[in-house]
Amino acid sequence: MSTATEHIEHTEGHEAEHHGLSDKQYIYVALILAALTAIEVSTYYVDFGPFFMPTLFILMTVKFVTVVSYFMHLKFDNKLFTYLFYSGLLLAIAVYCGFLATFKFFLQKG
Amino acid sequence: MAETAISHAHDAGHGAHSSTGLSNNKLGMWMFLGSECLLFGGLISTYMLYKGRVNSGPQPNNIFDIPFTSVSSFVLLMSSLTMVLAVSSAQRKDERNMNLWLIVTALLGATFVGGQVYEFTSFYREGLGFTTSLFGSSFYTLTGFHGVHVSVGIIMLMALVGMNRNNRIPGDRAEVVELIGLYWHFVDIVWIVIFTLVYLIPS
Repeated sequence: MSTATEHIEHTEGHEAEHHGLSDKQYIYVALILAALTAIEVSTYYVDFGPFFMPTLFILMTVKFVTVVSYFMHLKFDNKLFTYLFYSGLLLAIAVYCGFLATFKFFLQKG
Repeated sequence: MAETAISHAHDAGHGAHSSTGLSNNKLGMWMFLGSECLLFGGLISTYMLYKGRVNSGPQPNNIFDIPFTSVSSFVLLMSSLTMVLAVSSAQRKDERNMNLWLIVTALLGATFVGGQVYEFTSFYREGLGFTTSLFGSSFYTLTGFHGVHVSVGIIMLMALVGMNRNNRIPGDRAEVVELIGLYWHFVDIVWIVIFTLVYLIPS
């Protein structure tokens, strides 16, 4: 019976759980994402020279990780979800980098 | 016996939980999103390979309207904010705001899809059909697949609003909203990658 009580307590605790940021903090995160998008778009108008590609890749990665961590709550959630998602993502990156390499894609671009 | 009954009641109301104590629904959604990375990875890498293969029709650099696509990207990004506010409202059991933010998210998504339809139409008028070149085929396939994902997300959002009004959402309402939110944010992060690799990096 004590197990049943513990189970109910666990359930109630789970329902009351509110992980993540406050609404105000979500708005701040969205403003940061908007600012990063503005910098991305500026690369189309301003000549970044040799920093063009690295800037775009860094901005893209920061935006991606920010949405996944804060809006999708991976930063606050169980680590198993992080492993599930990023293992799929890393597998995709590895498989398709290999695929592109077989077509000499990186050599052509380099 | 009582323990089993309570446990089953818990599962029915909250979605089945695995031995890890985590929701099976949520585990399933994250696994699905991980597998979706492989789908979009294939489409993006095929586009990267073929974007320079233009034997006839317009080149990518001549056809893309970056200011217009930037506004579309901004709209989709803001829809992620409204979605997370809907999830936050659902967790606080604030139904009024939850419905409001879900509808706003669906409207922003519809604006994005409308922009994509306009973009496709203008590209077609400029001579880029699906079979014009390998660039055209891979571009329409990639962005079209993404557009279909956004459209499915809009349908799920509107169905959620309708079901919530009729009080027909099974199990934990906050978790259902969160699961649809995860799908929506995934569609947004895929666009973050597409916007950079397809539109901003010249061929």
